[in-house]
Amino acid sequence: MGKRIKEEEILAKLEPKANDNLLTLKGVGKHYGNIIALRGVDMVVDPGKVTCVLGDNGAGKSTLIKIIAGLHQHDEGEFTLHGSTIKLKSPRVALDAGIAAVYQDLAVVPLMPIWRNFFLGSELTTGVGPFKKLDVAKMKEVTKQELADMGIDLRDVEQPIGQLSGGERQCVAIARAVYFGAKVLILDEPTAALGVKQSGVVLRYILQARDRGLGVIFITHNPHHAFPVGDSFLLLKRGRAIGYYAKKDITVEELTAQMAGGAELAELAHELEQIGGHKEELAEAEAGAANTAPASS
Amino acid sequence: MATTTTTAPAAGSKDERVAEKSLLAKLLGRPEIGALVGAIALFTFFAIVAPVFLAPSSMATVLYGASTIGIMAVGVSLLMIGGEFDLSTGVAVISSALSASLLSWYFGMNVWVGIIFALGVSLLIGFINGWILIRTQLPSFIVTLASFLMLTGLNLGLTRAIGGSVSSPSISQMDGFASAKAIFASSVTIGGIDVKVTVFIWLAMVVIASWVLMRTKIGNWIFAVGGDEKAARAVGVPVVRTKIGLFMAVGFCGWVLGMHNLFAFDTVQSGEGIGNEFLYIIAAVIGGCLLTGGYGSAIGGAIGAFIFGMANKGIVYAEWNPDWFKFFLGLMLLLATVVNIIVKKRAESSK
Repeated sequence: MGKRIKEEEILAKLEPKANDNLLTLKGVGKHYGNIIALRGVDMVVDPGKVTCVLGDNGAGKSTLIKIIAGLHQHDEGEFTLHGSTIKLKSPRVALDAGIAAVYQDLAVVPLMPIWRNFFLGSELTTGVGPFKKLDVAKMKEVTKQELADMGIDLRDVEQPIGQLSGGERQCVAIARAVYFGAKVLILDEPTAALGVKQSGVVLRYILQARDRGLGVIFITHNPHHAFPVGDSFLLLKRGRAIGYYAKKDITVEELTAQMAGGAELAELAHELEQIGGHKEELAEAEAGAANTAPASS
Repeated sequence: MATTTTTAPAAGSKDERVAEKSLLAKLLGRPEIGALVGAIALFTFFAIVAPVFLAPSSMATVLYGASTIGIMAVGVSLLMIGGEFDLSTGVAVISSALSASLLSWYFGMNVWVGIIFALGVSLLIGFINGWILIRTQLPSFIVTLASFLMLTGLNLGLTRAIGGSVSSPSISQMDGFASAKAIFASSVTIGGIDVKVTVFIWLAMVVIASWVLMRTKIGNWIFAVGGDEKAARAVGVPVVRTKIGLFMAVGFCGWVLGMHNLFAFDTVQSGEGIGNEFLYIIAAVIGGCLLTGGYGSAIGGAIGAFIFGMANKGIVYAEWNPDWFKFFLGLMLLLATVVNIIVKKRAESSK
């Protein structure tokens, strides 16, 4: 109960006003000692929209999401939620304010059963005082139901989550965030470690979360994953924003070229190679990679 | 959902793809299975080579031996599941006993004042261990090795400074000693057999710890901070409080055992306890707790302690040279750890 009251308090302070965006960043920056990790980033997240953050390794994507998820605090600029300026002190505060992050590598505890992972940190209990215990049956039921609603039909929610595939684990984490009333969902490179088919599955869940009215922040270094699902695109390079586009203002080719394109095209070529068959496209992608490589230096 | 119930099985109902697990299959998935098999094997072995081992009075002795390790193994198991371990437990038990004894003796107070004071000391030792661990981010090996050395020195130094000897003065004539002895160091007669009260305290603690671990939020958090601390923190688990709480739980177990030691013998040797910390860790490891954290059970630690008790006393009943005991213990530890690694790999592997 305590947690719920806290959430209400925070949300009361963040009373949504008309015409306010769900979440905005204005000139946000962060430095670690004398290293400037992020500087002057503007961004808007709206309900039912997917905002993609693109950039190569070291572009500042991780720093940005850590600020939004409450793991780090920004040093400059303005962070507003429902129109109110806010500085999130911890992931717990961020969660209570409706901001949930799904991380690529640390979404779950591998040795724990799926249902325990699903409710970790927000466990359901029954009983009072010292006899307050976990409502195991309810939690297992909700986990199975929520995953089924996301289109994942699991055989056994009692199995350790480490036994699931990477894509399935991402989906459990997404379903979990949706269930706990997230309004902003941050996805940190959910497709980075996945194969082509698994990536497609995760992209579909991103759209499902969007259709449920969540504001999704999708972090990736792959424009081919971002473009089909994104509504707006923020490009980062070396800690600065190098572009912020609505979908109608940009094509996937421009997006690719805007980024340090070479690496991504090489990746595409690699993926095409894996699928096999697409000889012409493969040659094109390889040529593109060769062409854009000098531009990125 | 009514539309989907025809195609997908409703939540909570049986899924046709999951075969009903047999009791054996369920058992094989438990962390303490290796220890259980080992305990049964060891029990059978001693029952054959030393028939006196099976006598109820021998069993009471074995259980008493197991309980003096097992009480600490409860806390140590939880701590190891939480991803840390504690090398200061052996001497912390003596610190607790000395605190109670010396305070009551020096001020001539009722021993219950000393007992409460010792509880505070034990919890404080646990708190300090946990707090330093969190603040310095050092491995628990280093932090608790340091506190082990410091407590060893404090035990010897303060005992000599206050009591003027290497052992604490006898408190058997002081107020409250009889009632304290009844609680911490008496025997209960069951069917003509004297069973030490520590056996019951131990079993009660195992039940409580198991319940906390499997059926409460705190238990969920313990598994999570040991399994993946970063993930736990990211989903809002209070990692700092959980870890410090675990060290304090170990402190509490040390207090219970310390009070038993004090009231069973009425004086405490200030240099005792060194090396016992490994016995507690061994009990937890044999019982299936992973050294890396995130996996294990309180019952496992209890079985580990029972194995220790059986090996310790069984060798005596078999009339062997007790020199061999440590060899036995080492072999058990090695076998148990190998089994644990296999279990962990199976749990983590993909389908």
